Amino acid sequence: MNVIIYLLPLALGLGLLGLFGFLWALKSGQYSDMEGAAYRVLSDDDVEK
Amino acid sequence: MTAADTLDISPYVKPEADGTHGMDVAVEGITCGACIGRIEQAVKSLPGVTEARVNYTNRRLHVAWSDALEEPARIFDTLQASGYRGHPFVPLRAEQEEAAEARKLTRCLAVAGFAAMNVMLLSVSVWSGNVTDITPETRDFFHWASALIALPAAAYAGQPFFTSAWAALRSGQLNMNVPISLGVILALGMSVVETANHAREAYFDSALMLLFFLLVGRAADHAMRRKTRATAGNLAALRVETAHRFDGGELVRVLASTLKVGDRVLVKPGERVPADGDIIGGASEIDESLITGETARRPVKSGARVYAGSLNFSGTLTLRVTAAGGSALIDEIEKLLEKAASAKSRTRRLADRAARIYAPIVHTTAALTLAGWLFAGASVHDAIITAIAVLIITCPCALALAIPAVQVVASGAMFRRGIILNAGDAIERLAEADTIVFDKTGTLTLPEPRVVNAADIDAGVLQAAARLAQSSHHPLAMALAKEAGSTAPFDAVTEEPGQGVRALVDGVEMRLGSAGFCEMPVFAGANGESVSHIYFRHGERTAAFAIAQSLRPDAVETVQALRDLGFDLHILSGDRNEAVAPVAEALGISQWLGGVNPAEKIAFIEALKAQGRRLLMVGDGLNDAPSLAAAHVSLSPISAADVTQAQADAVFLGERLAPVAGAVTIARKARRLMIENLWLAAIYNLIAVPVAIAGLVTPLIAALAMSGSSLLVTLNALRANIKNADADAVSISANPRASGGPGRTKAGSPLARGRAEDAAALVARSDA
Repeated sequence: MNVIIYLLPLALGLGLLGLFGFLWALKSGQYSDMEGAAYRVLSDDDVEK
Repeated sequence: MTAADTLDISPYVKPEADGTHGMDVAVEGITCGACIGRIEQAVKSLPGVTEARVNYTNRRLHVAWSDALEEPARIFDTLQASGYRGHPFVPLRAEQEEAAEARKLTRCLAVAGFAAMNVMLLSVSVWSGNVTDITPETRDFFHWASALIALPAAAYAGQPFFTSAWAALRSGQLNMNVPISLGVILALGMSVVETANHAREAYFDSALMLLFFLLVGRAADHAMRRKTRATAGNLAALRVETAHRFDGGELVRVLASTLKVGDRVLVKPGERVPADGDIIGGASEIDESLITGETARRPVKSGARVYAGSLNFSGTLTLRVTAAGGSALIDEIEKLLEKAASAKSRTRRLADRAARIYAPIVHTTAALTLAGWLFAGASVHDAIITAIAVLIITCPCALALAIPAVQVVASGAMFRRGIILNAGDAIERLAEADTIVFDKTGTLTLPEPRVVNAADIDAGVLQAAARLAQSSHHPLAMALAKEAGSTAPFDAVTEEPGQGVRALVDGVEMRLGSAGFCEMPVFAGANGESVSHIYFRHGERTAAFAIAQSLRPDAVETVQALRDLGFDLHILSGDRNEAVAPVAEALGISQWLGGVNPAEKIAFIEALKAQGRRLLMVGDGLNDAPSLAAAHVSLSPISAADVTQAQADAVFLGERLAPVAGAVTIARKARRLMIENLWLAAIYNLIAVPVAIAGLVTPLIAALAMSGSSLLVTLNALRANIKNADADAVSISANPRASGGPGRTKAGSPLARGRAEDAAALVARSDA
């Protein structure tokens, strides 16, 4: 069962990574316009014509 | 465009961190995803603009520019050229606070979710290990690992509940957060003690799951409220009133809120008076229906006092401001308002009432369990563990979600039907109302006059006259212009001040205006003064359009529907009896009073309240503001005076009266669901509590019971959204007029145009 010693912190670390990722996204305003984001992904304005 | 038409936007501009200037703009006409790119590209193409970002959810644009942009007001021209109308605004303080609160809740939710998932991972291992071959050492290790995650996470994510519970306790009250906090803290404390004692079970996962579910409910509630706040903020931006002020000899367009006592302002025909003032030049007729409900116009000349919100009808006036900006309120109304607001009996909300019954019962049950087990000879340790298990299992997951979940769904349903709630508990109070008191002017009738004899006039003549009317700012002409649909105005139209407008069409002069101007006999209407006429001549084709206040298009049906719902209906109007009688008759409302002043309105409402009636007041005028505050619950159309709207529990959009019926139907259904949910929670407790008292609850059972009951009440709450034929009569759709192109939108000032329609366009998407 010694493998748990590695797996548990690893699992927690990945979870924390996700959590901090979410908090960072929240702080940088990526959740302030949920409806707009759905449309922005379809716009081509970043494509060179 | 002359310089006088360039609005001074400096009050809205704030410096950004990087040295540029920033401004928020509420944008009308955003209807689809493509608008985002179109607006951003158009604004960014201005030299000096460093940032332009549309927030589609809130229908807003944030712009930042450097000093290279010489005339920031050009941003609005650019928007207009692309077919949108922008209104600068400063976010309301309440909205900013709510946004900060929502961010905090989301962070708590994220932490609780992370911790609950990871602890559950460990807990499931322990549960399955307990029935197979887990070693006590491994179990202890898992429990300590859970504690390591759970304690800091709960300390952070539980803050919204802990602070509110603490505040309630300190003021000697009980709210729903008290049993929640107690349950969470006890569950964690007991788990730590049990882990130290190498016990088989710990409740870390229950505590975290509880927090997670409750935070989901609260975050959803906040998201909904934030959305209605944002819409309300946009509507406020679009209602911002401007004034033409004399600066020396020059005329400057400024915000009405920046006017000072002693300023001289010019009020053109068709504009609203921006602040209370004395007339020092000019003569006109003014329409004070937004203030007193009176529809007959008052002739005014030099020396007369006019009040903010009055509509200037015929001549250009010069005023000296006597009460500036926001303070433009008649003293009497302000006094009445204060009295009504303080006299209003604070109704206790359903959730708090439930908590008041619930919390003592739960705490007594837990105490009795403790005493019972001790009495039966159990050890102190076992008795305490069982008592805490009772608290955990009854911890009002379902109860705490029961009401907010319904509120979220119901306010969403109302929002889609054009009803914006100002107060969260308005839903409950709306459901309790049994009597409705309507104001007449602007509430049962449309806020702006309409052509009432359109059916008697040749369609071609009507179309031509309406097209010509588009070029005039006169209120009568503007009422006529509404009939035109989306045709473009004629070219080269000349306006003769005080006479009318004329243009050369097909080589013949077309005229619209007074009888003399059109060389026609004066039309003597049967209804006398409440009907005004505007005359039209094009060669031999002539017409006289009768323009009057008319009922909202669905008023008759809505009033009938409300009567069918069992409401007792009244009309209280500040207008003359002769003007109220036909409206009351058309609607079949026999209980009506005309010519009542604000104090009499309140007296009437108090008399009804003394009979035990619960009153819904629907009104829009300044004179209705105190009555709205005094009533049990209140509604205002979006065209209402600002002060009045601030008093209303909810505001409805659009030209129809149906939202009134929709609001009460949804509210009644929501209240039914709330009570159902409370019963569901009670039944859950009836089943779970005996199991807990018997000492049979394991963490697994607690987890299943908690998530099961939360899911049940949430699903039940979603039923508030199911389409309802009565409530579904109104839906807001994108307004074609708003995208009528730059030529059209410049024709009327934002004030004079139909506010209700602007508002509908601003909300735009009905299925958001």
